[in-house]
Parts: sequence; structure tokens; C-alpha cells
Amino acid sequence: MNTSFELFPEQASTMAHKVDRLYLFELGVAVGFTALICALILYFGVKYRRGSRADRGNPPQSNLLELMWAALPLVLSMVMFAWGADLYFDQQTGPDNSAREREELDIEVVGKQWMWKIRHPLGRREINQLHVPLGYVVRLRMISEDVIHSFYVPEFRIKQDVLPGRYSTMWFQPSKTGTFHLFCAEYCGTEHSRMIGEVIVQTPAEYSAWVSGETGEPAEVRGRRLFEQHGCLSCHRGEDSSRGPSLAGVFGRQVALSSGQAVVADEA
Amino acid sequence: MTTDHRTRRNYLNANYSIWSWLFTTDHKRVGILYLLSVTFFFFIGGAAAVLFRLELMTPRGDLTLPETYNKLFTLHGIVMIFFFLVPSIPAVLGNFFLPMMIGARDVAFPRLNLASWYIFITGGLFTIWAIVTGGVDTGWTFYTPYSSTYGNTNVIAAALGVFIAGFSSILTGLNFIVTTHTMRAPGMRWFRLPLFVWAHYATGLIMVLGTPVLAVTLLLLILERALGIGIFDPALGGDPILFQHLFWFYSHPAVYIMVLPAMGVVSEIITCFARNRIFGYRFIAFSSLAIAILGFLVWGHHMFVSGQSMYAGFVFSFLSMLVAVPSAIKVFNWTATLYKGTVTWSTPMLYALGFIGLFTMGGLTGLFLATLAVDVHVHDTYFVVAHFHYIMVGGAVMGYLGGVHFWWPKMTGKLYPENWARFSAILIFFGFNLTFFPQFVLGYLGMPRRYHAYPEQFQVLNVMSSAGASILGVAYLLPLGYLIWSLRYGRRAGRNPWRATGLEWTTPSPPPTENFPDGTPIAGDAYQYSSVDDWDLVLPAPEEHPEEAAV
Repeated sequence: MNTSFELFPEQASTMAHKVDRLYLFELGVAVGFTALICALILYFGVKYRRGSRADRGNPPQSNLLELMWAALPLVLSMVMFAWGADLYFDQQTGPDNSAREREELDIEVVGKQWMWKIRHPLGRREINQLHVPLGYVVRLRMISEDVIHSFYVPEFRIKQDVLPGRYSTMWFQPSKTGTFHLFCAEYCGTEHSRMIGEVIVQTPAEYSAWVSGETGEPAEVRGRRLFEQHGCLSCHRGEDSSRGPSLAGVFGRQVALSSGQAVVADEA
Repeated sequence: MTTDHRTRRNYLNANYSIWSWLFTTDHKRVGILYLLSVTFFFFIGGAAAVLFRLELMTPRGDLTLPETYNKLFTLHGIVMIFFFLVPSIPAVLGNFFLPMMIGARDVAFPRLNLASWYIFITGGLFTIWAIVTGGVDTGWTFYTPYSSTYGNTNVIAAALGVFIAGFSSILTGLNFIVTTHTMRAPGMRWFRLPLFVWAHYATGLIMVLGTPVLAVTLLLLILERALGIGIFDPALGGDPILFQHLFWFYSHPAVYIMVLPAMGVVSEIITCFARNRIFGYRFIAFSSLAIAILGFLVWGHHMFVSGQSMYAGFVFSFLSMLVAVPSAIKVFNWTATLYKGTVTWSTPMLYALGFIGLFTMGGLTGLFLATLAVDVHVHDTYFVVAHFHYIMVGGAVMGYLGGVHFWWPKMTGKLYPENWARFSAILIFFGFNLTFFPQFVLGYLGMPRRYHAYPEQFQVLNVMSSAGASILGVAYLLPLGYLIWSLRYGRRAGRNPWRATGLEWTTPSPPPTENFPDGTPIAGDAYQYSSVDDWDLVLPAPEEHPEEAAV
């Protein structure tokens, strides 16, 4: 069993520490109120327990108290609303325009049962992986081929539903190199929990090398690695019960498509 | 008073034939029919939860197939929400006690009340049929277009089951509203009503106004799935977000259908076992109505990342925050009711105080979710799962169990074994927190809900949660055991074992069919407790035989 244990995810985007700060504020309010209520219940419950000799004269009713404990939650919740709305506005509209000369990148994302297909501006495609350069403002333009999915990177504190028939967009600015989780957060059917991948933040130099496609691996090795890495086997198992056909030896063969046509499986 | 319990006619021994139960219009018997039915559904839903918590002990999906896992959590959600939580307190305790609390002989429409049970059972059978003939895997939320076009399980049968059960909820709510308006005893003015009645009145409003929208939504879903009419699927020209709007327009208020009655129960228990008048009666009464009304204006907070407009997000976040005010008013008033009271740590009181603590945590974490930027991160993660279980299990189920224990002597005429009951209450509280607290942490770490398999780094917290779930599972079986035991072996309860105020305690236990054999009672102010005068008269000590209270 894996016994590693943590309380907070990594902060890997410019939004992460802002969301965490608000979360910690709310955590403070929540812990404070819960502790207050529990302490009062225990204190009153013991002090005024049956048989105790505590003074019970003139139990009060107080409109001032009612007003106070209505006003305090109102004020605190309005702080949470305003703070959260301000950050949400940034998340929805894009980073402010103060840094005009920053680097930007637009990437296309297609979600389908059960994989993420990604296309970079220079044409490079990948599945269940998203390579991005550190410090760039990355904009995703996303759509689904079937049901609703949701693009979620916990370390960036961002999430956006990916809808069929309609584009949704989101942006982030990675602040740390490394490999981070990519989850589908909206339940999308049988293999929902396999619709996961990783976001790989590289230095801009590494990214531009990657995006131009230099790997140096032989085709078979690379194919096998990709096949396993992308979970193609979850559909193309080559058993009767599997969703897709086996792909063993498919390269260069005629394949009948569901449209009735036949094509030769080639590099495309 | 020297009546012999053994020979007195009551609603239970009035007639033993099965037909007298199946054709009863006695609100108390309808309450018992619901008690048996929702208990059955509770253990079905609970068994599903135990199975998927076992699956989640390990990161790899190795115990069940993903198809099975998805059907299990769907079954758990549908059964627990529509066939346990929504009917539990209103249809069991509300049906039984709302008329008695206001001094009425029955509800306003006794035959509709019986009809509601038959409708409920029909809906339940449809749903069970959907489960045994292959199950359904859409989640209890039935999101389109997965449910309407892509899923290949029994969506239509399950949605039809929920659709049918909704009508029973409407009839129950209608009965509560009309009964409260028209059948109050002389002297039972609105501000003398027990807060349990206020809570059920507010709940009735939600049931009558909200449930038809769910019915419309599910009907459209069924039509789209059967005929492909293109309301929700964009491939047919529909809009999947429309489904979410319609669904949450009922399903968010439904949360208050589940928790408002529990709040009513808590108000009764706290006053009785603190021997004190409720602090801020009118504030608690009006906060129930405020929650019922505000509850209809906040549905969009389920959709902050769905693609709804950013400005809609602002409005829904703002309105959702306002729910904090009436909720906080209730919590503070209950706590203040303990002040200068005479507190007995009895079983119902343990549940009620547990409710306050857990509901406070559930409510406060609700503020996190109403906060736009934080919700973007924790939406659809285990943080949400933990939050709504603190409200629905920590709140509604604790309130239900507290109420069942509080009124058990009245319903059955028997006392349950107090020490077993206290032990179970504490075990449930402990098991609950161990199950659901780790899920807050899991959620903020980013573990999405409805995952059959998950990354290894989440295992420790999942094992903690599963360990808590097994404790909780055992703890829920204990009351089932000792309550049934008490029917035969429990000591006789007498008319008013807790020396509670409230008209339901002025009649024998179990009550006779006509509720008040000495004629319609005259109502005074609610909660006429005095902590100074009778603090030594409270609970019958375990070894004493409780006598009929000399009224």
C-alpha cells in the first residue's frame, strides 16, 4: 500500500496560490465556527447537566444577540463571495493585460469516451498528455465528441466542463515544471476513471524541441510505448467483449470502416 | 389515571388483519407503512455503499468491473435520495406526529395520504425492477446527453420510478400544508406551533412547488431517450445545460426537503432534554421559511464550471451565500437553548447535538462551494461528496434517528435499551466522521468523484474512509436490532416518558386511533419547560418503572 500522505496539492499555476489563500481563509472561518459551536455545546451541556447546581435564573431572550449572529455570517459570507467572484472573473476572462509582451499558446482539446485528444498549434497531436511550456499563457479551446466531460488539473486549481456541440475555453499559466494530473471530472460513462492523463510542463526550449517531434526512437518501440501509455488497450483488447477491434498487424492492411468504405491503415 | 395498557385499544391493536393495514387511512398507520418501506430502502442503499467503499480500498479497480461500480453508486444515490431521505422524516415522523402536535384527529386528506404510500411503493418497485434487470449507470443526476443518448442501461425504468415516487412526495407536502392551515386545535395559533410543524410546513411548500419540475424534467428525459425528440442532446438540436438547470431547480431545494424536517426534529429534542424554552422561537420558525424560499434561487451553484454565463455564476454565488444566515440563526439558537437549561445526555439528545455539530460543518463547507473560485477547483471532487454527506447523513439521517428514538416510546409504547442506544449513537457519530472527513482532504487534493480506480497517492485517505464506512455499516444495524427487540422485551413507556411538552405526549402510548380520546385538546404556548422546577423529574432512571404521568 502506498502510504504517502498530503493535505494540499502542489501549486503549479499562477492561479493556484490565489485559490489556496482564499481556501485557507475559509478554512479558518469554518474551523473557528465549528470549534466555537462544539465548545459551547460541551460547556453548556456539562455546566447545566442534570443535577448540577449552576444558576438557572432568568433564561434570556435577546433580539440583539439574534441580530449579531445573523450579521456576522452575512458579513463573512459576503467577503467570501466578493473574493471568490474576483478570482473567478480572472479565470473566466483571461489574465489582465498588464504584461502585454507575454508569450501565449492556443491548444485544441477534444474529449471523447474515454480519452483526451490534443492538437498543438504547429500540428503535433497527442493523447491523454498535454505538453506546455513554463510561464506561457496557455489557452485551451475544447469540445466533446459525445457526452459532457470536464478538463481538470488539480495542481492548477482549474476545471471546465467540455460540452458536445459547443466550444468552451479555459486558460492557465504554469508556474512550475513537472508532471501533473489531468482528470475528467464529469462522469462520462463506463471508463470515466480511465479518462485521465498528465500535463507535462517543460521549459520553453524543451517544449519547442518536443513540439517539433524529435524523439529518436524506432517506430515499433515508440508505437508500443504509446499504445500502452495511452491506454489504447482499454478498447482495442482483441477480445470478443472489447469495444474496439484488435490492432495487431493492422499497419498497411485494408480496414473496413463502419461507413462501408475500406481504407489502408497508414501513418495518418 | 389507572388504565390497563394491555386491554386499551390503540392504533396498533385496533385491528390485526392485513387489510386493515393496506386500506388504513389512519395517519399513524400510514407513518408505520412508510417506516417499514424507507428502512428497507435505507439498507439497500447502504449495502451498495459498503460494496463500493470496499472497491475503493485499493487504487486499482480490482473488486468490481467499472460497469458494476458505476451501477452501485447510481443505485446508492437514487435509492438513498428519492426512496429514503426525501420521504424519511416527513412521511414517517411527519405523517405520524404533525396531526397529533396540532391536536388534530388525522391529516386533512387521509385517503390521499394512503394513496401517497401506494404511489411511493409503485415507484420503488419500478426502480428495483430497473436494478434487477440490469441496473442503471448514469449517476442519480441523470446528466444528459449521457443518460438520453449514450448510456445503454435501464435509464427509462429508473427515471420512471423516480417520476412516480415524486407524486407521493407532492401528496405528502399538500397534506402538511392543508392540515396545518385548517386542522389546528383551539388555541393552536401559528406562533404556538411546535417548530417541527413549521419545518414541515416549509418542507411541504418545497415538495409541492419543486417536485413537479423534477417530474417534467424526467418526463422530457424519458421522451428524448425513447423517441429522440432533441430537447437535451446537441446532436439532435438540444441543450444539455438545459437539463442541468431543470434538474437542479428541483434537486437543490430537495436538499432542504431532506434537512428542514431534521431541523424540526432537533428543535423538539433540544428543548425537551435541555428543559428549556427554545431560544428565539420566531427566528427559528421564519428561518425555515427563508431557507425554503432561498432554496429555490440557488440552483445555478451546481453549474459554475458547466459553461453557464459568468454573470449567472455571480448571482447564484451571491444568493447561495445568503443561505448561511438562516442556517446560522438556527445553529446559534439551538446552542443558546442549552444555556441555563437542565441537560440530559439521552440518546435523542446525542443525535440532536451530533446533528448541530455535523450540520455546522456541512453548512460551512457549503460556503466553500458557493465561493466561485474555490468551487472551480473542488467541483465534482470528493470535497462535494463529503459536504453533502455532512448535510444529508450528518444532518438528515442523524435527525431522523434522533426523532425515531425520541418518539419510539410514543409510536410503540415501549422504551428501547438506553445504553445500547447511546453506544450506537456515539458509534454512528464516530464512524460517520471517519468515513467522510478524509473525503474533504481527498477532494481538495483533487480526487474526482465517481472514480472506479484512482492514483495511488489517494489510497491512505480512501482506506480511512472505507474503514469508517464499515464501522458506520455495523453501527446502523444496532438500532435495527434493539428497536425490534424492544417491541417485545422493552419496558412500557407510559404516556410521556421524557416529560415532554407538546400535545402528542398528552395521549396514551401507543395512541388510540382517534388520537385524543378525551376530546380535542386545548393548545398553549410551545415548549413550556422550566429548568428550575422539574430538573429532577426528567428521564426515568433506567431501573425505575415509568408510571403514567399524572397529568
